[in-house]
Amino acid sequence: MAKKKFVVGCFDDEAVLFPAVKKVRTSGYKIHDVYTPFAVHGLDHALGLRETSLHTAGFIYGITGTTTALSCISWIFTRDWPLNIGGKPHFALPAWVPIMFELTVLFAAVGMVLTFCYLCQLAPFVKKHHFHARATDDLFVMVIECTDKTNVDDLKAFLSSNGAVETDVQVAEEGWWLGRYDKDEMMFENKEIVAA
Amino acid sequence: MASIKTQFEIPGKMKTWSYALIGVGLVALVAGLVIKGFSADEHEQTQFWGTLMYNTIFWTLICNASMFFICVTTLAMGGWQQSFRRIPEAISTMVPIFGAITFAVLIYVVAGHKHHIYHWLDSEAVANDPILKGKAGFLNPVFFIVWTTLTIGLWSILGWRMRQLSSEADEAPMDAEKGASFIWRNTIRAALFTVWFALTVGSTIPWLWMMSIDAHWYSTMYSWYTFASSFVSGMSLVALWVIYLKNKGYLELTSQEHLHDIGKFMFAFSIFWTYLWFSQYMLIWYANIPEETVYFKHRVQGPYKGIFFLNLIINFLCPLLILMKRSAKRNYTLITFMAVLIIFGHWIDFYQMVMGSLSKEHVTLGWLDFGILSLFVGMMILGVGKALTKKPLVPKYHPFLKESVIHQV
Repeated sequence: MAKKKFVVGCFDDEAVLFPAVKKVRTSGYKIHDVYTPFAVHGLDHALGLRETSLHTAGFIYGITGTTTALSCISWIFTRDWPLNIGGKPHFALPAWVPIMFELTVLFAAVGMVLTFCYLCQLAPFVKKHHFHARATDDLFVMVIECTDKTNVDDLKAFLSSNGAVETDVQVAEEGWWLGRYDKDEMMFENKEIVAA
Repeated sequence: MASIKTQFEIPGKMKTWSYALIGVGLVALVAGLVIKGFSADEHEQTQFWGTLMYNTIFWTLICNASMFFICVTTLAMGGWQQSFRRIPEAISTMVPIFGAITFAVLIYVVAGHKHHIYHWLDSEAVANDPILKGKAGFLNPVFFIVWTTLTIGLWSILGWRMRQLSSEADEAPMDAEKGASFIWRNTIRAALFTVWFALTVGSTIPWLWMMSIDAHWYSTMYSWYTFASSFVSGMSLVALWVIYLKNKGYLELTSQEHLHDIGKFMFAFSIFWTYLWFSQYMLIWYANIPEETVYFKHRVQGPYKGIFFLNLIINFLCPLLILMKRSAKRNYTLITFMAVLIIFGHWIDFYQMVMGSLSKEHVTLGWLDFGILSLFVGMMILGVGKALTKKPLVPKYHPFLKESVIHQV
């Protein structure tokens, strides 16, 4: 729950954003995040983000689902309550495969959705600072974290020279918080938007 | 573009290898003909013709799967396959050749009245058998020959028309209007092929050519099962040729990104194959009706048990566990290994589909099978290699080529 100073640069074109990201990174600035209106191909590579481990988690959830189904059904039908169904053996594996498959899919799907929400810090009542309302509309918003040594004016000029159409400095909460937005965070009261 | 090597030349080594394979195959073919084909023993004769049947059908279908791949990606307005589309095209030029061989073998079997292979050819048996009588409208020599001729003929002609159109992309740059008309004509021709493909591989042809060996038995899954088998091996064949050409320094525009997508096809259709394999098996296992279980009796509990389950391991477990990871689908060595394994696995699958019904008492897999396999592999390498030299490897004026160049997974 610490407030930090950020420099925000807004770009209106993907083609300008990519070289800018590259230059900002090679100049040694630390990019907090880039907010885009849609998923941009290759931006994760440009930002140097590591590969997501979501699929590994998905595999583990899937395996868990298969094992759960197999162990449950086999225990029920061979130990707990053996029934003669159509003269089939008690351990009737082919008949269980559809259920094993379904539970695999269910566990993997639900588990991955929850993990995804966790990784993105998405949950009811969880709030985060919005750097620019138009990041959900038509602007690519690059947010750079400032240190004590960062010269804010230099950085803003640097961003503008690399094609930023709008720059600004914000002191904001870096993580998430529970509850509601502060008054000055209300989207519809953002004066900049009204002006634009 | 000038620096890109687009003209394929057959390396001497490839020629030597393919001639050697064809040579081995021809020796096996002649030996098989003398020892088994002309044998007085019906079992030996049946084994010889059965071996020819499943090999010809398998290779025709997997080469035809290449044309199907081009047609469906065209219909889906796909762009990513353009940088290597000349490879499936070249593979599909084998359809008329392998198709003619298949045709010759099947016509010989039907016209030669080989009722040990197709029981429904025996008119006396059909007359006294209510089940076969009911199927006589479909399972009779005239329908068989007409439908087989139509099938192989139209595959060849519609595929040829698709390839002809593709050559237009080599001639001159297209403006927007010309490009749109080019894409539209592609769509029409691809749609025609796809419809005919669905009517044949998707339904009638596997019933007619292979399922009718068990004249009394039927499964509506059978055709889809055969289609999945041939399509996944067809994609593996495309992958092998792409990797081969990459290793020789061609196809600069094709990269790991394209290989990743081909790998996805191999992975996805292996799972699809298993889905059909299991659906067919489970329904019959569950209902447990004697006229249906007869098909699985000697496969699951009889001499074919080993091959039957080996099949499941090679064609399901290996692709599932090995191809699941993203890095595996982008790894040239692993894809090569898996492609060879998948093609072999489905060849074995076709073996048990045909020979499992013809020789129920014992497994006959031996020198003849591998000899004929080598004949077909040799012909395929030589034929596809020659077809590749006839056109540039990249359709450089294709309107969607750029999409393929910047393709990213």
